Amino acid sequence: MIHQYKSGGMNIVLDVCSGSVHAVDDVTYDMIAAYEDINNEASIKTKDTVFSELNVKYGTSKEELSEIYDEITELKDAGKLFVEDTYEDMAGELKARTSGVVKALCLHVAHTCNLNCSYCFASQGKFHGERALMSAEVGKRAMDFLVENSGTRHNLEVDFFGGEPLMNFDVVKEVVEYARSIEKQHNKNFRFTLTTNGVLIDDDVIEYANKEMSNVVLSLDGRKEVHDRFRVDYAGNGSWEKIVPKFQKLVKARGGKNYYMRGTFTHLNPDFLEDIKVMLDLGFRELSMEPVVCAKGDPMALTEEDLPIVYEQYEKLAELMLQKDKEGDPFTFYHYMIDLKGGPCIYKRISGCGSGTEYMAVTPWGDLFPCHQFVGDAAFKLGDIWNGVTAKDVQDDFASCNVYAREECKTCWARLYCAGGCAANAYHATGSVRGVYESGCKLFKKRLECAIMVEVARELR
Amino acid sequence: MKHIKTVETRNLCESAKKGGCGECQTSCQSACKTSCGIANQKCEKSDKEK
Repeated sequence: MIHQYKSGGMNIVLDVCSGSVHAVDDVTYDMIAAYEDINNEASIKTKDTVFSELNVKYGTSKEELSEIYDEITELKDAGKLFVEDTYEDMAGELKARTSGVVKALCLHVAHTCNLNCSYCFASQGKFHGERALMSAEVGKRAMDFLVENSGTRHNLEVDFFGGEPLMNFDVVKEVVEYARSIEKQHNKNFRFTLTTNGVLIDDDVIEYANKEMSNVVLSLDGRKEVHDRFRVDYAGNGSWEKIVPKFQKLVKARGGKNYYMRGTFTHLNPDFLEDIKVMLDLGFRELSMEPVVCAKGDPMALTEEDLPIVYEQYEKLAELMLQKDKEGDPFTFYHYMIDLKGGPCIYKRISGCGSGTEYMAVTPWGDLFPCHQFVGDAAFKLGDIWNGVTAKDVQDDFASCNVYAREECKTCWARLYCAGGCAANAYHATGSVRGVYESGCKLFKKRLECAIMVEVARELR
Repeated sequence: MKHIKTVETRNLCESAKKGGCGECQTSCQSACKTSCGIANQKCEKSDKEK
């Protein structure tokens, strides 16, 4: 299976199953599109008819068309074009091999927030329940649970999440200290991440985060008016003025360690490139901008009419990245970070996202859920950190999520880059974790095309 | 080749032979938290081990 598209002034051909990427000229692009038909006995197209068509369209000689045809055949024979999907039987193999191994936890240290953002999927941090803070005892037990269930896995990941985790910063510190105290004896390496709205950032937080957190995710929506539309305190005051200087100070002190400025765009700002530009003007270089996740029909939800605008924004964003590269002032965009040379192996690509199996969320009370987006929905409670996973039927449902679990994914060209997508988005859109969140897929595919285009442009310049 | 420029990529078919150690990040850990993908994830193995 191949996927062909035109982007950034280039003709790009992705061979889905081998992962090969080719940039071709116009006539070759058309020849590749016709190649399988030429070699299909049931098709009325023959080499002669296709050559004639291309000769008329481009004025290319028969000799040169033959040369192009031979180049395509050479790549096909080398396993770089028209490679068949032979991976279906392997789906689930990695999960089966690592069954029971947990390697990452999202620790909900605070089910409360000092901001009152109406678009928050966590309903202002409460996750549709009571306000609560995780105790140090629960946090430490969660670290033990992770170590006990991580098998031979060396790197363990823990996200401090909320609500707003800095509202429970002392517990964050205690949990990190505890985890560091046990990691060596168990041959583990904890990687911590902090996701914060920035309100409580001070010098102590900056110093601590830069020492202990492998990554920090900083919530900023870009333009002041966009950010302050939703990201307000309980008195209704915008938070932009307060947090931006704090984020700038934290990032400056980070010394090259990972961070993301993470924004959300909605129906009210589908022109989100303007927000990205504001982030750049503020000095940030590691950026992420996510489409809002909310119920269909919600006034903030992206509509079909928004999609062409959003697509154009993604294209212009890719152009901006290449332009900034040239100017010697590069920046990263989370969804365009694609490592064509060293990305994930095929097992990872077909195994699904890992929610409910290798990745779980822990509530302030120590309950386990398949991921942060299922917290608060009792039907998805997996168990707790003392007794482990007890709702095996729920876990089995998540374990069975892989690229080949959804009919639509089996024939989708992007399947080996999304691994079947987000189970939570699928559930909220269709009522099943094995459903397909169509609008999410459309955006994903557009982003992927742009990401590959950027890499091809970088490679060929 | 004259008409086709091939970008260097990881050979996914080859990765079926040696891959699957499970050391890589979970998909939306440390990141977006709402729109999962694995395209931007890194393999934890060194080039030699792959």
